[in-house]
Formats: sequence, C-alpha cells, structure tokens
Amino acid sequence: MTASPHSAPAAVALSTEGLVGTVASVPTSVLRATRFRPRHPPRFILAAGFLAMLALVALGPGLFTRYDPLTGDFSETLKGPSWVHPFGTDRLGRDVLARTLYGTRYSLLIGLAGMAVSAAAGVLLGVLAGLRNRLLDEAVSRLFDVLSSFPGVLLAMLVVTFLGQGMANIAIAVGIAGIPKFGRVVRAQTQLVRDADYVTHAAIYGLGRSRIFLRHVLPNVLVAVPVIATIYIGNTILVVSGLSFLGLGPQPPTPEWGVMLAESRDVLRVAWWPGVFPGLAITLTVIAFSIVGGVLQKRFEGRIA
Amino acid sequence: MPARHLTLRILSRLGTSLVVAWASVTAAFVALHALPGRIEDILAGDVDFPGLREAIAAEWGLDRSLPAQYADFLLRLAHGDFGTSYVLRRPVIEVVGSQLRPTVELAFAAGLLAVLLAGGLALATAGRGRLAHGLASSLELVAASTPVFWLGILLLMAFSFSLRWFPVAGAKSWNALVLPAIALALPTAGLLAQVLREAMEKTLDQPFVTTVRARGVGETAIRIRHVLRHALLPAVTLGGWLIGGLLGGAVITEKVFGRPGLGTVTLGAVLTHDVPVVLAVVLLAALIHVAASTLLDILYLLIDPRLRTT
Repeated sequence: MTASPHSAPAAVALSTEGLVGTVASVPTSVLRATRFRPRHPPRFILAAGFLAMLALVALGPGLFTRYDPLTGDFSETLKGPSWVHPFGTDRLGRDVLARTLYGTRYSLLIGLAGMAVSAAAGVLLGVLAGLRNRLLDEAVSRLFDVLSSFPGVLLAMLVVTFLGQGMANIAIAVGIAGIPKFGRVVRAQTQLVRDADYVTHAAIYGLGRSRIFLRHVLPNVLVAVPVIATIYIGNTILVVSGLSFLGLGPQPPTPEWGVMLAESRDVLRVAWWPGVFPGLAITLTVIAFSIVGGVLQKRFEGRIA
Repeated sequence: MPARHLTLRILSRLGTSLVVAWASVTAAFVALHALPGRIEDILAGDVDFPGLREAIAAEWGLDRSLPAQYADFLLRLAHGDFGTSYVLRRPVIEVVGSQLRPTVELAFAAGLLAVLLAGGLALATAGRGRLAHGLASSLELVAASTPVFWLGILLLMAFSFSLRWFPVAGAKSWNALVLPAIALALPTAGLLAQVLREAMEKTLDQPFVTTVRARGVGETAIRIRHVLRHALLPAVTLGGWLIGGLLGGAVITEKVFGRPGLGTVTLGAVLTHDVPVVLAVVLLAALIHVAASTLLDILYLLIDPRLRTT
C-alpha cells in the first residue's frame, strides 16, 4: 500500500466513465468488504483525523469557541487575527473563528443531505436499470445521460429557479445533479451481482426471487454506496459552497462558508482574514474527503482480484 | 469500417442531444404549469390590482388549454424562438446573445491555460521518481480541491488590492481577463493533470517505451511523441465533462470578479424566476456539452489509429 505508482483520488472520482469500470465489482461477502485492514497510509490517518475533528466541531461548535457566530461587537469591527480573535473579526465585529466553526454544520449538513438525495434516487434507478428489463434499462440510462449533460452548477441553478433559494432547496438541487454518479455505478454493480455465481446458486437452491433480491443482490449492491459517497462528497461540498456564494442557498447572517466568502468580497480592500479562513476550511475539507475516498476506493477494488 | 463507426457514434450523440433538449424543456414546462397562477405571479411582480392577472394571462397566452400551450411552446422552440424574458421583456435570444462574448472569452482562455498547465506538469513530473510524484500529486489535489471563488478572492487580494497589477472588476481590457482566467483554470488544471499524469505513468511502464528508448530516442521526444499521445485518450474522455465544468465555473468566476456575461444574466434570472432565460442558458450549456463530446469522439480517431480499424 506504500508507493503505488498511480494514486489520483479526485481524478478517478470525477471521471464517471472510469468509476463505473473500477468501483463496480462482485463482492464475496458484505462483512469482509467493509472491514478495514490494519495498515493505513499516513495521509489517510491525517485526513480521517481531520474529518473526525470536523464531525466533532459540527456536533458541538460551542465547545471550541466562547463567541456567538451571530452577535457582533461594534467596538471590534475588522480587527486582524490576535490572541482574542485568532481569525480576526468581520465588519460587524463578529468572530471569524466562531463563524467558521459554526459554518461546519451548514456545509457538512447540506452536502450530506444532497448526497442522500443522490444516493436514494441513484440506488433506486440504478437497481431498476440493472435488473433484466431491457426497456427500463434503456429509459433509465437515457435519463442519466440527460442529467449528466448539464454542468452541475447550472443544473442546480435551474432547480433553484423553480424551488426558490434556501438550504433545503440547494441540497435537493445538488442531489438531483448527482443522481447519475450513483445511478451508473449501482447499475453496473447490479448487473455484475445478478450474474454472480452465488446468485445463480441461490436460485438453484430454490429461493424465491424477492428473497434472492433482498438477501443476496441488494446488500452486495449497497456496499458500493458508501464508497461512492465518500468520493463524491468533496465535489458536492464544492458545488454547495459555490451556490451559497452566489446567494442561492442560506442567506446572511447564516455562518455558512460560501456566504461568509461572499460577504468578505466587500471588505477585501481593508481586511484579508474574512476572505481567507472560510475558504481554507472548504479546501481542507474537500482535500480530506478526496484522500479518504481514494483510499476506500482502492480497498474496494483490491478486494475483487 | 471507421467511417461507419464514427457516423453511428455521432448519430447517437445527436439522438442524446435531442432527448436532452426535449426532456429539459418539457420538465421546465411541467414545473412552471404545475402550480396554477405561477407565471402570472412572476410576471406581475409586486404589482396587484383586479383584472391584472387576467390581462397578463391573455397577453402571454396563458388562458388557453395546456396541450395547446405545450404544442405552441415546442413549435416556437423548434424555430429557434426561446420566447421573451419575463422580467426584461426582451427576446431571450437577444438577452443571452448580447452577453455571450465575455463568457466565451473567459471559458476559452481558462480552458487553454488549464490544458497548458496540466500538460506541462504531467510531461515534467510523470515517472520522475517518488519525490516528483508526491509533489505533483499534492499540487494537483490542492488545485482540484480549491473552490474557484476562493481562488478568485485570493488572487484579487494579492494582485489587485495589494500589488495593483490588475483591475478589480469589469471586462474592458485584456488584463481584466488574466485573474479570472487563472482562477477558473487552476482547479480544472488540477483535475486534468491528475488524469494525464496517471495515464503517462502507466504508459511509461509499457514495453514499447523501452523499445523506443533502445533506438536511442531522447527522453523529451519519447514523452512528447509517444507517451503523451497514449496518455491523451483518458484525458480526452474527461474533456466533455471539463468543458461543462468551465461553463458552470464561469458563472461563479464572473460573480467574484464583477465581470459582465452569461453568469450575471443567469444569476439575475434565477433570483427573479425568469424561467425562459435560465432555460435558454442551461440548454445552451447542454448543447455545447454534446457538441464538444462529438468533437472529442472525432479527436479520438485522430489520436489513436487503432480505433480507425475497428
């Protein structure tokens, strides 16, 4: 697991065509598939540690700062980083560190919610397409083609035009845009599993079709879902923060990272700190998810051979 | 039979593009008409007096039956008429057409820069040992994970506010294009370089490279003439996706740098529920994606002679 000549997690993650070929595989056992092997590369431990910390911050941001993200101190506007305010204060005198910490909640929550929409719809459609109905397969595959013909940001903007702005709506919007990512892999995985020997054997033993589907096909298709989710969540967070930056998601004064960066644009001439730290938070989060997703994907592939 | 193979692929692409176009306009039509009175609301804005909604319905043909409206809608689209902007009260084609240039300039400049950066990085670092591998892959990961708008903000801070080399906003002169193009290009370049370098490293391990090397061909020539050509195939697969990404990213970049363009128009239209304008922009993007993918299919044949014989 040390010096593998080609490790490009995010790249593999983002070319859908490549992913269908690599993630889809015939698992031998669900349990063995998800169990970790003892040795992890250091970058994985670092990234996973960062994500664990992020989860902790998202659960209890108040534990890490004594400031409120929404109330400002007007005698302390646009103060640079100091011991009192490590990330400085914004133009309303609000603590940028507190806002960045509380922002973890929004960015992770919207990203995860979007992911959940993509995963639910993608699994449903992918499984339908992967079963033996040719017509259904053709219809669903075309739907995936249609959805992936639109640039993610623009498709999400179209959805927001109909639904209106807001946190739930951008989660739905990025969720719809992400359906083909899950759907294509799940379809390929379903096709592999339905033709696997253990499914044939189960049929020979005389198990009913619904029982085979629920006990043997579905669990072995679903193992792919967490892997796809960790690979794509970074990209989802990027799109979500972009939409928030455009003003389509949560509105000020919500301490969401994209919203904070949009607000910082007005004070750039005099203060760099409100424009630096929220962006750093987004970038580090996306990097961490890419690394963890890449390693998980390799584990998943390694199991096939 | 290369020609037949190619024709089939292009025909299937065109089929997809028609389905894409039809599905998106139909979805938009359904979504708009699913809530009765929705269009009248958008058109009326904040104004309201008795008889206004009826007048609007009559003027925009909303009082007719749904199938008749749908047929009329499709017929007009087929003639290239995208309708009239609800908010600006001007033909959509005019609204979109007048703002196309700055966005195309930006996307094109950024695309070119991304290809040059990614190609340069991959050529220089592929297969040059563990240190180069680690450095290059970290660089690519950081570039690919950085949001376009944050990069834009950082560039503005450094080069417009502190050093004053480039203007803060606008699209009047060539130097107003430099920072937006860099901001949009870097994340794209990161992704492209990851794919390209990985493919080059795989190719460098192949026996034919040893053969070429044994003939006494220099390292640079091997990389450019032989290895890069093989490695281009997976990168080209990513190309269609990247062009879509550049268009989507251009919307955000325009907002950061206060540039006029399609992004500004689209954003305004999204916020005012000006559906015809958003729809036209999204359709345009989808068609560009399909056109680009078709061109890339042809490019495949130019790059890889093996595909011409199958």
